[in-house]
Amino acid sequence: MTSSPPVASGGRARRGRSDSRRGDSIFFNLSRGSGVLLLVIMAAIAGFLTYRSFLSFGHNEGNFFTTFEWLPDAPVPTFGIAVLVFGTIASSIIAMVIAVPVAVGVALFISHYAPRRIAQPFAYLVDLLAAVPSIVYGLWGALFLVPHMSGLTSWMDEYLGWTYIFDSTKTGAAPRSLFTVGIVLAIMILPIITAVSREVFKQAPRMHEEAALALGATRWEMIRTAVLPFGRPGVISASMLGLGRALGETIAVATVLSSSPVLSLHLMDPGGGTFAQNIALRFGEAGENGRNALMASGLVLFVITLLVNGAARMIIARRKEYSGAN
Amino acid sequence: MSTATDSVAVAPQLRRGLTTNRLPSWAPAGIAVLSIVIGVAIGLLGSLDSKIQWGLLAGLAFVGLTYGLSAKVEGRRQAKDRLATSVVWLAFVLAVIPLAALVFYTVQQGASVVDARFLNHSMKGVLQTEAGGGVYHALLGTLMQVALATAMAAPIGLLTAVYLVEYGRGRLAKAVTFFVDVMTGIPSIVAGLFILSLWILLFGFQYSGFAGSLALAILMVPVVVRSTEEMLKLVPNELREASYALGVPKWKTILRVVLPTAIGGITTGVMLAVARITGETAPVMMLVFGSDIINENPFEGPQQSLPLYIWQQYQTNNDFGYARAWGAALVLIAFVMALNLVARGIARWRSPKSGH
Repeated sequence: MTSSPPVASGGRARRGRSDSRRGDSIFFNLSRGSGVLLLVIMAAIAGFLTYRSFLSFGHNEGNFFTTFEWLPDAPVPTFGIAVLVFGTIASSIIAMVIAVPVAVGVALFISHYAPRRIAQPFAYLVDLLAAVPSIVYGLWGALFLVPHMSGLTSWMDEYLGWTYIFDSTKTGAAPRSLFTVGIVLAIMILPIITAVSREVFKQAPRMHEEAALALGATRWEMIRTAVLPFGRPGVISASMLGLGRALGETIAVATVLSSSPVLSLHLMDPGGGTFAQNIALRFGEAGENGRNALMASGLVLFVITLLVNGAARMIIARRKEYSGAN
Repeated sequence: MSTATDSVAVAPQLRRGLTTNRLPSWAPAGIAVLSIVIGVAIGLLGSLDSKIQWGLLAGLAFVGLTYGLSAKVEGRRQAKDRLATSVVWLAFVLAVIPLAALVFYTVQQGASVVDARFLNHSMKGVLQTEAGGGVYHALLGTLMQVALATAMAAPIGLLTAVYLVEYGRGRLAKAVTFFVDVMTGIPSIVAGLFILSLWILLFGFQYSGFAGSLALAILMVPVVVRSTEEMLKLVPNELREASYALGVPKWKTILRVVLPTAIGGITTGVMLAVARITGETAPVMMLVFGSDIINENPFEGPQQSLPLYIWQQYQTNNDFGYARAWGAALVLIAFVMALNLVARGIARWRSPKSGH
């Protein structure tokens, strides 16, 4: 409270003074209380999930980290997150590999390439698309994209099958695979990465850009030397935001993926699973131990997203000091 | 005449010396058309049944042709520039196609389902394997749950933002800032799990709309804090100082000067947060428990919500269910988009006045 405003002293002001003191302290405590409440909620989330997880660990006959099956309610409960870890990371990586370059391209398009007539409405449109609910993406992915993916799947199987990853062993099955999930996730996180990157690119110092152009740089050379270095931390944080979304995405994955307790590097084959999708799918029929086991997997997901977000913040905080502009 | 022919003779050399050769200005468009033709031709001849492949081929042809031609005519630096330009345009097209397809397909599928009957009937007594039914109960549930969540999250978020901007110093403020950031990234299903274990398993309450709105509130608070914080920071300090100089206490300054100045932006932020939680499925799925009948009491008994309704109809795995899912998806998108448009309208209408 060092910044409390100076209050006039004197006979007439005394009543007003004590009133404003009380008002100030009530308001201050209210607002600080909400801040503290947020911390309490975060602590409670971590605490409850951890508590429930340990309840389930006691009943687990398998190894939590290496078991493939998810049978916490069986007579001999065995469950593990190996498949889920792999599926979550694989689908998110696919999503990032597709979405980040395209999003950076679109952001550059809006900030530096597009004619002004197109740029403004298109930026607006991208913002709107960031608000499309994930269930709609899921529905579209399952009923529209999956039928349209079979051609691409067989094509990649034919020409890129030697990479093992893109080799599909179950030809003919609908491509409800981790690869398709990755594409849907990429489409979902594209607007958010674009929106953040665009704002950063727009703030690139005008003087640097014009200096580059004055030295005879082409537009691309100007962007590479003046815009991209300036925007890199922003792009990284935007990507991390997108990654966080992709890791935790539940319902779109649950609609598109046909899950099975299989850990297969053939990403084009249907099967596998992700943390959030597994919780959504199995929650309904889970018993006592089943719920606790799902909470344990939720805790792992929570920790992963926490680490990703924390890393993003640290990168931004560190880069901020070195970014030459302003 | 002789001077004219001289200048014609000299000009090409001069131009070559100064600017080197350039592709004509219609070249990018021409190459685009040509590569589309190539993509379609290979697609038809090779009988590739998926339009995605046609598009990918055309895109590759576009980038390749641009670079090749430009490198030949204009030199390597210009070619790289053109390569970058064509890749950026390609990214634009790549982004537009699925997003446009999504909206178009949803509208196309949903428009034939949505009518007055669909909007004011519930699923009571409607079998999953027959046509009919509606979304009234889901719409009602969503509106109630979101309203409750907003009533909880908006004040908490606002006060936290006020704390961070107006009072926040020291370690507590730093911790709150950090955890608001972390909270923004909480997967929605984890929020659902938390409320499940706290509200339902520990406190022993029943599944209800209110339980869902608790989880939604957790997801909403950090978004509100973030946007409100940005808006409060934009309020010029001169306003605060003028108010202090007149002897107005700090809390009154905040309530009467700072918040009204930023109210437009704050409203926008809250509405965008509302739009975001409206589409959340995962937490609602575990807490609300989706009933087929109209339940006007969010505090007791299972309710329905729009995203959950879409999910349940999708899971019926038949055409009638799919049709209802598309109809509900259209209603949901329209609702969320309307919220967004209104929010951005408010933002433009009452944008905070900057100090200078």
